[in-house]
Amino acid sequence: MNWEILGIWLGAMLTLCLYSFLYRDNPFYKFAEHLFVGMSAGYWVIYSIENVLKPNWWQQMFPEDGGFNWIWIIPGIFALFMLARIIPKIAGLSRMALGMIIGAGAGVNMVGFFQTNAMAQVKGTIISVSSGGAWDIISNIILVVGVITGLVYFFFSKAHTGIVGKTANVGITILMVAFGASFGYTIMARISLLIGRCQFLIFDWIPTIPRLLGIGG
Amino acid sequence: MRLILPLSITFITGMIMVLHFFVPHQPIKLLGDNLQEWYMIVASAAIFLGALNLMHVHFRKIKLKLKNWKYSPVTIIGFSVMFVTGLIYGVTEARPFDFLFMNMVAPMASTMFSLLAFFVASAAFRAFRASNWRATLLLTSAFIVMLGQVPIGAMIWDKIPLAKVWLMTIPNTAGQRAVMIGAAMGVVSTSLRMIFGIERSYLGGTD
Repeated sequence: MNWEILGIWLGAMLTLCLYSFLYRDNPFYKFAEHLFVGMSAGYWVIYSIENVLKPNWWQQMFPEDGGFNWIWIIPGIFALFMLARIIPKIAGLSRMALGMIIGAGAGVNMVGFFQTNAMAQVKGTIISVSSGGAWDIISNIILVVGVITGLVYFFFSKAHTGIVGKTANVGITILMVAFGASFGYTIMARISLLIGRCQFLIFDWIPTIPRLLGIGG
Repeated sequence: MRLILPLSITFITGMIMVLHFFVPHQPIKLLGDNLQEWYMIVASAAIFLGALNLMHVHFRKIKLKLKNWKYSPVTIIGFSVMFVTGLIYGVTEARPFDFLFMNMVAPMASTMFSLLAFFVASAAFRAFRASNWRATLLLTSAFIVMLGQVPIGAMIWDKIPLAKVWLMTIPNTAGQRAVMIGAAMGVVSTSLRMIFGIERSYLGGTD
């Protein structure tokens, strides 16, 4: 059996099953949808075993040079606590694991987000608006004013009336342009995926049909 | 104890991670480095929990013959096939797990996302009616970016790709920056509420 052709046919059939939803909901779509959910779940479980549990837990607990690091039993116990949620009698133990994930996640994200999303963005906005040509100056002013007025719009502790309201209105305008641009970009990203699937069907799958039927090369 | 213990764990782990950022010395460094790995290990257990729950839901659907139960075996078999091949053959290239991923999971994932192109376009058609000048601005901005991405945009007017680049680098950056700074403030305040036990909805219930 030619594994390459089998792979192409599997991909093509599943692609067509999923696209059949464009007509309406039907058994072919439901089949592919359920298969996708199951296989994706299986993929992520194996991914976490291979990329997280093996290198970050098992190999730390049992190093290659021998020995046993008992300290790595602790995350194993917390992981079991997380799984305890499926047994109603001991489901409360999962709160310990949740507490640990939430605490560590909050600690990491608090400083991480502040550094990368707040400070770095503020730093990037502190620019010389008078550098470059006329168009650069206009662009820089729009950038700085856009960030400041956008932030005023998101500041809900003060009523959006008077000067605050007018500034917030400028912010909404900039945000609408930004959301429009992001939306257009997202649509085009999806369209490029669609083109990719169509190219697969036309240039990879269709040429295999004559080969299978023994017609042509 | 049901509440105090998880809240104490949240406080201790949260404070260690915050201190780890500001105090890169022992013993905080060792604790922080280890805790980051522990976090990943416990979080991956959540993936296992999700998979177990998925199986539980579908076995229950089959048992009680709930709506669309006939498709549940497909999910169970799909999961089992990926799981077993991954465990037996490993995840290296040119192995059965890789074959299944490249020829089944990846095509289905791209097809699912490409399907969104149709739904987003039809949603946009309904939502982006130029009802007021701001909606018109949003519509125009999206239209220019879409035209600027494809060759026909440059064929209509050679300045359209430049307008697209300007829209993406100036107004879009300004808007995204405002959103990011605002979101970062939200993350900081929510994280502080969680670390200090003010926000406890993640523990479930109201106690």
